[in-house]
Amino acid sequence: MARTEQQSNDRFQGRWFWRYASPAAFYPVAGRIEKIGWFLAITLAIIGLYIGFFRAPTDAQQGEVYRVIYIHVPAAWMAMIIYLAMAFWSATGLVLGTRLSFMMSHALAPTGAIMAVIALWTGALWGRPTWGTYWVWDARLTSTLILFFLYVGYMALAASFDDKKKGDRASALIALVGAVNVPIIYFSVNWWNTLHQGSSVRPGSSSMASIMLTAMLIMTFAFWAYCVAAAMHRLRTQIIERESGAQWVKELVK
Amino acid sequence: MIWESWSAFWAMGGRGFFVWGSYGALLIAILAELIVLRGARKKALESVDEFPR
Repeated sequence: MARTEQQSNDRFQGRWFWRYASPAAFYPVAGRIEKIGWFLAITLAIIGLYIGFFRAPTDAQQGEVYRVIYIHVPAAWMAMIIYLAMAFWSATGLVLGTRLSFMMSHALAPTGAIMAVIALWTGALWGRPTWGTYWVWDARLTSTLILFFLYVGYMALAASFDDKKKGDRASALIALVGAVNVPIIYFSVNWWNTLHQGSSVRPGSSSMASIMLTAMLIMTFAFWAYCVAAAMHRLRTQIIERESGAQWVKELVK
Repeated sequence: MIWESWSAFWAMGGRGFFVWGSYGALLIAILAELIVLRGARKKALESVDEFPR
């Protein structure tokens, strides 16, 4: 009797995914991930900006303004990656019915929207001296603007339901349908004739000077760590909100 | 040091407005997000306090 109990307990613990799908179990894990994220974001940003501004040379064609690349490209990449992550957690939530998956998706959305804004803003300021215009309705820029509106639509829909479960499911549909836009953004420079330049970085071959590329990739990891930390912080806040009736949350605020 | 002086650094070859306008916007966005995150956490914890035990 005691043995079978032990065995079933082992089996249950072995399924780590299900164990951490519980908000109460994931709360402390999210806290640790958040701390690591802040640390990595700050450290990598210092290194990346140092290389980008004090080691990388002036660009032969563009002069100094190219240094916007160290935040423009990471922000644009994160805006796309976060949307895909949101679609993934939304799909997981719809299929498995796990509450934490929907919360993960909600926690990512505001940071993703900020990344889209930063990509558009820095792109505009970079475009003005290099193309002669802040904005043009070309495929890359337009599809990135649509990405921003998808984030806003997702958040608005999630917040518009009094019943949180309905809000979770409705917004998850926007996340899934909108995910089609991400490959459109990525391949837009190949599919259409755009004012935006083609990819400088492709798996296997890149056309950038290696020191510039190094700085940009380090900044990308810094952005990545920042986004993870911000999302984990938001996730923990959401867990507190949604589980505020639970005993363990009450213990937390004592 | 690739810059002749700090003023050359801040001038960014005459493109300072565009470079610092980009980095400044990022800084403002990050600070705003951090403030909102902290405010939301505080509000959530307060609402737990009010919850009947």
